[in-house]
Amino acid sequence: MKRTVPLMIVMVGGILMMVQYFIPHQYSQAIFDAYVSWAPIIAAFALILGVGSLTRVHAHKIKRKSQNWQFSWAVLIPLYAMPILAHLWPVSLAGGMDPPSAFHFMFMHVQVSIQSTMFSMLAFYIASAAFRAFRAKSALATVLLLSAVIVMLGQVPIGDLIGKWFPQIGLWILRFPNLAAKRAIMLGVGFGMLATNLKIIFGVERNWLGGAGK
Amino acid sequence: MYETIGIWVGAFFTLAIYSFLYKENPVYRLAEHLVVGISLGYTMAITYDVVLKPRLIEPLIGGHAWILLIPAALGLLYITRFIPGIAWLSRYPIAFVMGTGMGVAFPLTMKSNVLRQLEAAMIPFYQSGMPWHVVVGNIVLVFGTLAALIYFFFSKPHKGPFFGTGSKIGIWIIMLGFGATFGFTVMGRISLLIGRIQYLLGDWLHLIE
Repeated sequence: MKRTVPLMIVMVGGILMMVQYFIPHQYSQAIFDAYVSWAPIIAAFALILGVGSLTRVHAHKIKRKSQNWQFSWAVLIPLYAMPILAHLWPVSLAGGMDPPSAFHFMFMHVQVSIQSTMFSMLAFYIASAAFRAFRAKSALATVLLLSAVIVMLGQVPIGDLIGKWFPQIGLWILRFPNLAAKRAIMLGVGFGMLATNLKIIFGVERNWLGGAGK
Repeated sequence: MYETIGIWVGAFFTLAIYSFLYKENPVYRLAEHLVVGISLGYTMAITYDVVLKPRLIEPLIGGHAWILLIPAALGLLYITRFIPGIAWLSRYPIAFVMGTGMGVAFPLTMKSNVLRQLEAAMIPFYQSGMPWHVVVGNIVLVFGTLAALIYFFFSKPHKGPFFGTGSKIGIWIIMLGFGATFGFTVMGRISLLIGRIQYLLGDWLHLIE
């Protein structure tokens, strides 16, 4: 019951869904339609697990007054405030029930601002990584450096100033050698995914079972 | 008024995140914790609106689609993870999602990651009217893909004219590709940085148009 049944569910579900792709019949289509409507519902419940787990971790920190426990409130309050603001108490900042709502405000001006700034901050870290990676210590490192510099300069006005042909070289690198490397990687990833899929479906790979209840 | 307060709040959190470039501090930590809570809270609200309400609650109440109680019960089994004695029951919904997901993904991965890529790599080197740089590019594309694949093939030692030379050409192609990808990523991040600076200097301080 603890291990065999889940492994059987994986095998039967996996084989069934694999086979239905190759047999375009109304029954196989009905199975696929059921899957399409059921899977998001089941996945949505996984969110409760995530929220519960996060709540437990931060409630534990607050209870024990661990280091920086005050910041746990900054996770828990908006975590529960957002759904309340969206559904139970949709407060409007313009008065009444008209938009813009407090939910919209929190998303647009807090979350979007913080997330886009976090991504933009990666520019600084990429610059420092480039300083270490782009030292022309060998022929291969020089190729890496030249390719990156040509692609970067080709996309800004200074590339045009160097020569009309310069951005074209950047585009050529992106379109041909870059695509060749990416295609080979994608093929490798594809074969890896197929092998992993089969290993999971046929129960060779069982790490996903975890240790719950042994 | 709403926009003005929004811009001030956005500017505060933008500076809070950038303050990390100096060193980690409580304001940064506050912003970091807030974004975790807000994004998960937002996901909860959206999941209810987009998935649970239209796909489960409304069909159950309005259409009496009792069959949907099965995925609902399976989904609820996730919560048993919090009860040590019956935590193993959470494997059932995971098994369902994993098994069916793998089965659906198998032919699609075969199609998109393998067959389509192989098909796209089999192109003619030359056609009438094709400029010379495209012809050279096509040759690089076909042989470069093959060489990079040889580099990733570890079942044979990289020696001899085929595997040895092939893997050497492959690593050159991969380095060219990594350099280009790196350059492209840097430009993307820089444009985001420019966007944030424009927000601070334009929308917030009105120093630039």
